[in-house]
Amino acid sequence: MGTSSPKAIIMDETAVQRAITRIAHEIVERNEGCDDLAIVGIVTRGDILAKQLADQIKQIEGVDVAQGSLDISFYRDDFATHISPEVHATRIPFNVDGKRIVLVDDVLFTGRTIRAALDAIMDLGRPSSIELAVLVDRGHRELPISPDFVGKNVPSSRGENVRLFCKEVDGRTSVEITDVEPGSRIGSAPLGGE
Amino acid sequence: MFNNHKHLIDISEYSDSELMTILQTAKAFSEVNERAIKKVPTLKGKTIVNMFNEPSTRTRSSFELAEKRLSADTLNFGGSSTSTVKGESLIDTVMTLDAYKIDCIVVRDKHAGAPYIVSQASPAVVIDAGDGKHGHPTQALLDLYSIWERKGSFDGLKVGVVGDIGHSRVCGSLIPALKIMGAEVTAVGPNTLMPPRPDILGADHVSNSLDDVLPDLDVVYMLRIQRERLEGAPFPSEREYHQLYGLTKARERLMRPDAIVCHPGPINRGVEFDSYMPDHPERSVILDQVYAGICVRMAALYLLLGGADNGLAS
Repeated sequence: MGTSSPKAIIMDETAVQRAITRIAHEIVERNEGCDDLAIVGIVTRGDILAKQLADQIKQIEGVDVAQGSLDISFYRDDFATHISPEVHATRIPFNVDGKRIVLVDDVLFTGRTIRAALDAIMDLGRPSSIELAVLVDRGHRELPISPDFVGKNVPSSRGENVRLFCKEVDGRTSVEITDVEPGSRIGSAPLGGE
Repeated sequence: MFNNHKHLIDISEYSDSELMTILQTAKAFSEVNERAIKKVPTLKGKTIVNMFNEPSTRTRSSFELAEKRLSADTLNFGGSSTSTVKGESLIDTVMTLDAYKIDCIVVRDKHAGAPYIVSQASPAVVIDAGDGKHGHPTQALLDLYSIWERKGSFDGLKVGVVGDIGHSRVCGSLIPALKIMGAEVTAVGPNTLMPPRPDILGADHVSNSLDDVLPDLDVVYMLRIQRERLEGAPFPSEREYHQLYGLTKARERLMRPDAIVCHPGPINRGVEFDSYMPDHPERSVILDQVYAGICVRMAALYLLLGGADNGLAS
């Protein structure tokens, strides 16, 4: 995994913050409050965003919403060719039955991660609904999946990577477009940055 | 394929970071085992043969549960029901199994080296589930996991392995694995139960006195006397062995306050233990080890059976 310089910075820290604040308002508005609401982030960066969304919702409504993190390694459809080098434990500290779950990920691309996440949640119980919030929708869907809450739509080519960098793991917060390095895979940023 | 490892036969081929990856993956599987629905679809469509040519209850049931909770299809094969009793060679048996298009063979055999022979004869992934006096790598992994859960780290950890070192395949994997992780290992037992060269296993110290060693240990790993493998009379009586090497309530006062007790099972109360120590509420991790067995076997199967090119996941 070499270092690649960004072709473009699509969102800076302020823009990411604004998008999170707006999505938090939209989630509360769409769900008419926080009853039975639960925010579930897909590790690693979706989980970081989920925590920020939960904090925002607390500021807006004054309520601590249920929050969890989901590792989808065991549900991937490309297990035969790629295994996740680092598997985190799924942490859902509440009963998902009857919950209105908002699934959070950083970049929505083929939709395969979300397919895996839906299966993973369904194995834990029967939520009353699942909605999808993403910071960036870059298109190129391979499955019939569409987000309910979007930070920014970013038209991209398949030969590019669209990545969220988070202060918590990368030292900076931004969304960047980079070329795909030869031999590396398209997808979100590796753990701990590049 | 896990890094460049196709099989899990000799644990000393794995590095400290690779063993730690297995433990961390096992931790993620521990969450799956706590769920109401203890199953993930990861190994859907993979076929795993459990070839147990020697009696085993816990290793076999633990592997079978691990495979089923990963959604693999399993075939239990071996013992008196196989064609080996009709004179078929191990290699011919393996070639027959391969004709079924299987993905993995878990091998338990009374002959050391059998899993290696199987790995040479078959394109499948081979996991050693205990072979002769050679090794038992998944047992070592579950021991590491149980110790890691309680102690948090292996650096400078003082581990005493007590008892029948010479006949123990557990030691063949456990002592090298502990050394890889940075622990300090003392082999404790009468000379008659030591292998001819205890240093080959990698033990830092060898002692004939449990009482001398006990006050220093963070982990006391008790072994079962392998009655079925004993030749001659290595000690005068089980009663004498118990008095010298048994971990008893009376001996507990020599132990560090935070020292833990492990045992690979099955335990013999009255020989290596009294009836109190295996059930010690704070010190005994024996049942945690049994649980860890499922988690580490799921982790090993997951890491070895996935990822043809082991690329980074997106």
